[in-house]
Amino acid sequence: MKDNVSARAVPRAINWNRLQDDKDLEVWNRLTVNFWLPEKVPLSNDVQSWATLTEEERTLTIRVFTGLTLLDTIQNSVGAPAMMPDCLTPHEESVLTNIAFMEAVHARSYSSIFSTLCSTREVDEAFRWSDENPHLQAKARAVLETYAPEADPLKRKIASVFLESFLFYSGFYLPMYWSSRAKLTNTADLIRLIIRDEAVHGYYIGYKFQRGMELESPERRQELKDYAFGLLFELYEIESRYTEELYDGIGLTEEVKAFLHYNANKALQNLGFEALFPPEAAEVNPAILAALSPDSENHDFFSGSGSSYVIGRAVATEDDDWDF
Amino acid sequence: MPGIVFFSSASGNTARFVNALGMMASRIPVSPKAVLPALPDEYVLICPTYADGEGRGAVPKQVIHFLNDPDHRRRLRGVIGGGNRNFGTTYGIAADVIAKKCSVPLLYKFELAGTLTDIARVRDGLHAFWGTECLTA
Repeated sequence: MKDNVSARAVPRAINWNRLQDDKDLEVWNRLTVNFWLPEKVPLSNDVQSWATLTEEERTLTIRVFTGLTLLDTIQNSVGAPAMMPDCLTPHEESVLTNIAFMEAVHARSYSSIFSTLCSTREVDEAFRWSDENPHLQAKARAVLETYAPEADPLKRKIASVFLESFLFYSGFYLPMYWSSRAKLTNTADLIRLIIRDEAVHGYYIGYKFQRGMELESPERRQELKDYAFGLLFELYEIESRYTEELYDGIGLTEEVKAFLHYNANKALQNLGFEALFPPEAAEVNPAILAALSPDSENHDFFSGSGSSYVIGRAVATEDDDWDF
Repeated sequence: MPGIVFFSSASGNTARFVNALGMMASRIPVSPKAVLPALPDEYVLICPTYADGEGRGAVPKQVIHFLNDPDHRRRLRGVIGGGNRNFGTTYGIAADVIAKKCSVPLLYKFELAGTLTDIARVRDGLHAFWGTECLTA
């Protein structure tokens, strides 16, 4: 092939010492420091606990994890790469390659859980279920449509934040629930690593969305906001049905829905919008909140219900910048 | 008169929380070159967390530099932390660090830009904390 055949522009070599947006380096550092692999988590310690679950509970758990695998696969192979041409800085592209790769690690880690705890037959059945489940397929399709090449770059970011900060949570609920009952605690440790990563991803993509919004006209900002709330409603409808199908059997649907409302509100805040669901609809079981952030009590000095300022555990204060 | 001092990065969650409180507040600038606004004689600091997985780097550099000034520390009465429970054990940990370093009470933690419940609790709590009802801007 001749050198002059391709019209493709050569990208400029990336210079991390010349930043247009400090957030790019901040998030790059955060993500790279947080890097992990599933081999780091001793999943085999959950084998005995797994055996205490009923067959229905085991099937539910495997299905939930195949559903999460699908979302991670989409974000790894379609979502993060689709946002790369829209980047405002070269450093943002680098951060997105990190995000894409970590989604592959997440998708891969569910298979580590499966190979440790489940039989091949159970896992194959669950992947078949996820291929055929209409609600799971509908949510995947709704997100994929916004990732299409001709789609609006800012709408892609909206969908991406909803995937990272909302759509995962019908699934994440279950390992947090097991953890709150002292079951599958090592699996929960692995899921918490995934939740931590998704929090940075949703924050960063939401931040870039807000930067993009600043460049738009008031009319267009209103259009994008309407689009965001419209898409959230559409995804929420699907999530509700998905949740009912999964959780009705063990009687947890209403609790999971409160968790969905709570996370939908947080996803909107990542985009810079106000919450949609009222506080009373987004009140999550305290045991689930405690499973999300263990050792972090509810701090409310004002009402006297939280802990005092006497701090029992070590906190990292060895930052060089402090000079007292 | 007592008040609020806060830091919020370009993502603006803490700024939205403080704005919703509707109380007088001074913002620590993001840019180190910017001029610090006038400060209240006594204040509660509201600060987000940017920790890594081990809790390192939780307190924004700008807030550390601000608190390195003994006069700023002398006026500090308490701290409120922003964060995200999805960061697990390091949820809102910047507020724990500041409370410990400066020996002031950790008053409250909220997620992202806070909920309506958080805003009402902090507004009422601060009014009671200052023992005054005349703070509303």
